[in-house]
Amino acid sequence: MHEQLKQQLEHAQAGDRGALARLISVLESGGSDAAILERCLRARHGGGYTVGITGAPGAGKSTLVSALLGEVLAEPGRVALLAVDPSSPLSRGALLGDRVRMQPHAGSPDVFIRSMASRGHLGGLAMATRSARRLLEACGWPLTLIETVGVGQVELDVASATDTVVVVLNPGWGDEVQANKAGLMEVADIFVINKADKAGLDATRRDLEGALASLPPERRPQVLETIATEGKGAAALWQAIRDHRAAITASGELEQRRLAQVRSELKGMMDALLANQVQRLFEGQDAHARVLAVSEGSLDIATASDQMLDLLYDQAAGRV
Amino acid sequence: MDTAGKRILMAKTGLDGHWRGPTVVAKALRDAGFEVIMIGMARPEEMVQASVDEDVDLVGLNIGGHIDVAVRAINMVRESRPEVPIFVGGVVPPHAKRKLEALGVEVYPPGSQLPDIVAAARRLTGLA
Repeated sequence: MHEQLKQQLEHAQAGDRGALARLISVLESGGSDAAILERCLRARHGGGYTVGITGAPGAGKSTLVSALLGEVLAEPGRVALLAVDPSSPLSRGALLGDRVRMQPHAGSPDVFIRSMASRGHLGGLAMATRSARRLLEACGWPLTLIETVGVGQVELDVASATDTVVVVLNPGWGDEVQANKAGLMEVADIFVINKADKAGLDATRRDLEGALASLPPERRPQVLETIATEGKGAAALWQAIRDHRAAITASGELEQRRLAQVRSELKGMMDALLANQVQRLFEGQDAHARVLAVSEGSLDIATASDQMLDLLYDQAAGRV
Repeated sequence: MDTAGKRILMAKTGLDGHWRGPTVVAKALRDAGFEVIMIGMARPEEMVQASVDEDVDLVGLNIGGHIDVAVRAINMVRESRPEVPIFVGGVVPPHAKRKLEALGVEVYPPGSQLPDIVAAARRLTGLA
């Protein structure tokens, strides 16, 4: 299996889109094949950059991304898009509709669009989104756009997975209190008020700028207006993204962000590994005995949890 | 059996605006646990690229307009993803149905029942 994966990776790196697509599926499936593939994807291949586009459902993220792709492709180069949509927690199925808006670019050899279902992962991305980005970069797609699921206030994975974060809002959105709330509003590098031809634009801009006024000027996100359906404002957005990239590269902040990204991803992986170990522990007799003991009142829950932690260490030590 | 992770591309040919049929089918497939990638009305070239990049296990094609466009799309998808089955719905007159079936695609004309279409998707993706 190892050899077959390596061969597919070689094909993908030589430009075989089918091989690249299959390897993304491998990453999405997780498990041992994904781990084997990850071991081949070490480090950055240099020159890579990732832009996140996030915002509420229906804010116009996909349409804006489509307009943005047009701007990116006006220059030589290529661009990949990972578009995440939610999986149903009930059926685990998903309707992945972002491609419908991408039709102007469909068929272009310089665009690689992949729809990803969140597959139960919370936070606005799929579990495999970061890995897929790494794979894309290794296969000659240095610029990746990541479009999150439609988010509320606290699905902030995008902030720890991308270099520049674009938050998309609409006129009539919230008020000054909303604009000052924690979460989504704090991770934006660029704000876009999309559907700028709708009523309420001025109030939204005012509330937003009011909330941002307390930030030092060099950290204050730009606030742009777009009408994505007409492509209006897309060129300015692409320029703002490039400006932001240049600024954080020059200031050294990009390096800090990359460290934070790795840290966040590594910690997320550890959390998942530990959760698996805990799950395993709970399938055994030791856990059951303690559940019974706590339930009967012969053991307190804090002591039970300490004992379980010791068992967890034993179990992990036995594994290596 | 588990549909998790099975991916279906839903596309339509032709210029008429009937998007309702494929949407209803797509929802039924989603509720059965499939990941359904919608691309709307698409040229054959777009369908090919989407079926490759999205690594789908099955292509669903809603036929509107002339049958020849659908035949061209089917042949082109076949060429780049020969292992991927294709099924077809939409307004398909009997002679066209025969033509399509001769190509080895399954045809679900108007009046087809959603459970039958879902069952076909499961069978064609190797789940049943």
